Amino acid sequence: MPNLVNATYNIRRFDELARQDSFIHRLHPLAKLLATLIYTVVLVSYDKYATIALMPFLIFPVFMAAAGRIPAGPILKRLLYIEPMIICVGLLNPLFDRSTTGILGYSVSSGWLILISIVIKGSLAVTSALILMATTGMDGIALSLRKLKVPKIFVLQLMLTYRYITVLLEEAARIIQAYSLRAFDPKGLKREVWGPLLGQILLRTLDQAQRVYGAMCLRGFNGEYNTGKNTSPGFGDYLFVAGWGAFIAASRAVNLPLWLGNILIGSVK
Amino acid sequence: MHMADALISPVVGGAMWAATAGVAAYSIKKVQSDIDQKKVPLMGVMGAFIFAAQMINFSVPGTGSSGHLGGGLILAILLGPYAGFLTMASILTIQALFFADGGLLALGANIFNLGFFTCFLAYPLIYKKIIGREFSAKRKMTASMVSAIVGLQLGAFGVVLETVLSGKTELPFRAFVLLMQPIHLAIGIVEGLVTAAVVSFVWKARPEIMEKAALNQALGNLSIKKVMIGLAVMAVFAGAVLSWFASSHPDGLEWSIFKTSGREELESTDPAHKKMAAVQEETAFLPDYGFKVSGDESPTKGQSEKWPAVSAGTTVSGLVGGSMTLLLAAFMGFVINMKNRTGKKT
Repeated sequence: MPNLVNATYNIRRFDELARQDSFIHRLHPLAKLLATLIYTVVLVSYDKYATIALMPFLIFPVFMAAAGRIPAGPILKRLLYIEPMIICVGLLNPLFDRSTTGILGYSVSSGWLILISIVIKGSLAVTSALILMATTGMDGIALSLRKLKVPKIFVLQLMLTYRYITVLLEEAARIIQAYSLRAFDPKGLKREVWGPLLGQILLRTLDQAQRVYGAMCLRGFNGEYNTGKNTSPGFGDYLFVAGWGAFIAASRAVNLPLWLGNILIGSVK
Repeated sequence: MHMADALISPVVGGAMWAATAGVAAYSIKKVQSDIDQKKVPLMGVMGAFIFAAQMINFSVPGTGSSGHLGGGLILAILLGPYAGFLTMASILTIQALFFADGGLLALGANIFNLGFFTCFLAYPLIYKKIIGREFSAKRKMTASMVSAIVGLQLGAFGVVLETVLSGKTELPFRAFVLLMQPIHLAIGIVEGLVTAAVVSFVWKARPEIMEKAALNQALGNLSIKKVMIGLAVMAVFAGAVLSWFASSHPDGLEWSIFKTSGREELESTDPAHKKMAAVQEETAFLPDYGFKVSGDESPTKGQSEKWPAVSAGTTVSGLVGGSMTLLLAAFMGFVINMKNRTGKKT
């Protein structure tokens, strides 16, 4: 997790990206969610040695990002934060799996193949999820969750948590900055202040919750959180899911790069 | 401790989603019937609080390093297990979506590992039992420490189990356990100390908050059995149904291999691989699909034309095709970008 100010900035950045207008943004959130879910499930269903067969899966995030006008910068930056964790687990494979696989007449360590496969899968899954958020936004996700018949109380809880994250992050950031300006040791909070400092933030949070609830009641809150426009998916949305579903299924059934390579190599011969 | 999508198989991910959905549905029912509407905004803001608290670093005593809070136990203590679990679920959902901590498929597993063990096992069975009826400083400390450590150890064990069951890596169970558990012991101790510090502070400053929360969960101990049974049923059902769907494809493949090679399955010669294949048969999504025979040539001519063929020719084609596919994807992105730009100008 990055630091407090960064986190606030990141969430705001995603909010801004989600408020753009493009063909991808205008799609129904549920369609985007379903397409991304199908994509992720099929992607991870590949064998642990799969590498080249995964290449066509790059097309989906590239298309979504380009058509949705999502700049690569913020997405790749998030990817960089998470990559070390994926690599850490993957890096154990070359240590534990010392068997080899023959490729091109050379023997290649299968542990390294697994590592490469894990990194590709992890990066693609993370990227597609981030692009989903950058094109859909939290309101869109909440809307599609309601369409999927997720109970109101959970969607409400999700929305409220999201709404107040930036508020509390800013408050926590102020407190932590005040602390670090007065304390010499920047390496984390000293033990003596764990309780008072975090507890203080907690008590403020609880008071905030009271005020929030009061304000909500005064505005006529009755257990329903308005999640924006309540549209139904249209023909284009069905087409979008069906199209990507078909493409993903085709990539899974046929090794596209291999097929393409065979054609090319064949024509050269 | 968040699992990544790359480390989980669709069957395990799906089963964990089902189990998590089961616990969440049960929690929602409990929250709706037990607790007043006022609790919902409180849950929301508490979720945001834990989210913020997770980003504050605490110095780890004696090591010079720092760590952060998980929060599942604090949520259970302050909100009760049901509301605590739902709050944890919403935090993890937001982390998965905005911060790439875990992924869409692994979300079910992550909620289970970080939410279920703390809220439904560590809190009612350890924390509440130790605290009993008196909130003495010593008891708060012991209860927080023990339940935080146990909760995190269980969560880490869950990660190991799910990864190994997914068959996505070669990590041997023993080595992975020996790696994960000690790391999470250190984290659990910090979590316990922070939890105890916060609990004692809140108890001193505003005791009524803790009393209220404790009273709300009068039923907590009784209903754990129901949750466990429901959970087991859900997991078994999900595992059974999902693997039924999953196995239809390899059957087709086996059938086609049978047709072409006259044998039911490609046989590997290596005993280690046989053992691995047996494990994979039970766990992997498409067990026989792309299974590689390592170290030796493909057994027979007829089989080498099948899917997992590893020969120089197919590898070259694969590499050429792979780079073509990458170029194609990049080119597509480039064209759409250009179109976007010209669209903006006009």
